[in-house]
Amino acid sequence: MQLSGAARSAHPSAIFGLTPFARTLCALIVITAPVIAGVLPEDRADVLWHYYNGGDITVEGPEVLVRKKVGDSLSLTAGYYEDMISSASIDVKLSASPYHEVRKQENVGADFQHGKTIYSFGYIHSREPDYIANTTVYSLSQDMFGDLTTVTMGYHRAWDQIYRDIKVNGIIQNDPTFYERADHRGYSLSLSQIVTRSLILGFNWELLTDQGYLANPYRKIRYASPGVGEGFTLADQVYPNTRTSNAGSVQAKYYLPWRAALTGSYRYYTDTWAIRAHTYQLQYTQPWKQWIFDGGIRYYEQTHASFYSDLFPYADYQNFMARDRELAAFHSIDVGVGAAYEFPHVSWAPWVNRSTFNVKADHLTVDYSDFRNALLAGIYGAGNEPLYVLNANIFQVFVSIWY
Amino acid sequence: MSKAMQAIMTAVLLALLGGCAAPQPWVKPYEREHFADPIMSMSRNPVSDVYLEHVFETREGARGATGLVGGGCGCN
Repeated sequence: MQLSGAARSAHPSAIFGLTPFARTLCALIVITAPVIAGVLPEDRADVLWHYYNGGDITVEGPEVLVRKKVGDSLSLTAGYYEDMISSASIDVKLSASPYHEVRKQENVGADFQHGKTIYSFGYIHSREPDYIANTTVYSLSQDMFGDLTTVTMGYHRAWDQIYRDIKVNGIIQNDPTFYERADHRGYSLSLSQIVTRSLILGFNWELLTDQGYLANPYRKIRYASPGVGEGFTLADQVYPNTRTSNAGSVQAKYYLPWRAALTGSYRYYTDTWAIRAHTYQLQYTQPWKQWIFDGGIRYYEQTHASFYSDLFPYADYQNFMARDRELAAFHSIDVGVGAAYEFPHVSWAPWVNRSTFNVKADHLTVDYSDFRNALLAGIYGAGNEPLYVLNANIFQVFVSIWY
Repeated sequence: MSKAMQAIMTAVLLALLGGCAAPQPWVKPYEREHFADPIMSMSRNPVSDVYLEHVFETREGARGATGLVGGGCGCN
C-alpha cells in the first residue's frame, strides 16, 4: 500500500464506492433473502469469486455462504466475504498514491419457523484497517390469505468505528488524533403477492437513518483559487451528521408460456440530503436443457446532494461541502448476461440434490453530470474539464450446491 | 347523534367487519406450479444478486428497498 504523506484522498471503502455500512446492508440481504415465509430456505452452499475492474480500480475476492437446517424449524447460515482492492482511482490520483487493501466480513444468522411465521436473526462483523462495523438484524415474515401474500418486517442496527490511516516513517498506522463513530438504523416492510397463476408482485419500503460521522475522511472538496496551481485548492469535506432516506420499490415477475420469466422493477428514492433517484430494471430468464440463461438491463439516475459541488466558488463557501462522486448527479446503465449449468446427479455424492456452475458478466457505464475529471485541470482549466465517465466490467463465477 | 351520523357509523362498522373475513385464495395451491419453478424466484442466486447490488450501492446515492429481502412464492 502506498499513501501520500498525509493521507489517501479516498476512503478505502469508498474506492469500491462502498461504505462498511453499505456492505453490511448487503450482508443482511444475504441472511434474510432466502426466507420464504412458511417455508425454511433450502440447505445450500455457494462459493463465488467476484471480479470488478473499472476506473483504475480492481476489486476481487471470494464469497462463501452456507445454509443448513437443524431439525424441522431452524435454519442456520454462515458466510464470509472478502474484497482485495488495488486502487488508483481518479479520487486517489487527485491527491494521493495507489494502494492495495483487503477487507473481510463474516456473518452468521438463524431462521426459526413457527407455523406460517419465520423469525430471522443475524449478526455481521466487517473490518478493514480503518473501519470496523458491527450489525444486528431482525426480521419477521408471515404468510397469509392462503399463502398468496407474504409480509416481511425488518429492523437492523449498526455501529461503526471509523479511523484514518496515515503513513509515519513509511509505516501505515491509524491516526491517533482521529476516531469517529456512526450509528445506523433501518426499518423495512415488504409484501409479495401472487396475482395470477403466472404473475407475482413485490412491494418494498425501507427507511434508513444514520447518525454520526458520515463523511469520508480521505476525500477532498476543491474550491476555485485562480492563479494558484491549476486553479483550485483541496480542502476537507464537511458532511451533515445525520441522514434519513426513504425508498420504495415495486417488482413484477411473469411466467411466460414457453417456460421463461420476465422481471421488471422500479424504485424511487429520496433522502434528507436532497438526493432523488429512480431505478428501472428489466430481466429475461430462459431455460434450455441443462442451462438457464439470463439477460438484463438496469438504468439508474439521481440528482446531486444539496451540499455537493464539483468546484466550490471559494473556501468555506457553505457549512456542508462534499465532492464524493456518489453524491453527484449522474445516470448509469448496466447490461448483464449470465449462464447456469446444472450438473447431472452424481452417484458418488448421493447427498447432493442439485449442483450448478454459474458465470455472469456485466458492463456498467456511469455518466456524471457534474463531476469533472480534475486531473485535466491543467489543460482545460478548473471547472472546464471534461465530465467524468466510468466504464467497468464485472464478472462472477460461482458454484451452488443443494443438499 | 344524528341519523346521518348513525348511518355512517353503521356503514363503517359493517365495512370493518366485512374486512375481517379472510379472502378466499383465488389462485389455488394446485395452480401455483409456475412459482415452484426456480426461474420464478425473485432472487434465484442470493449471493450473486447481493454482490451485484453491492456494486451498485457503492456507486450510488440511493440505497434500500432493493426487493432482495423477504418475498415469498406461496408455493408450499
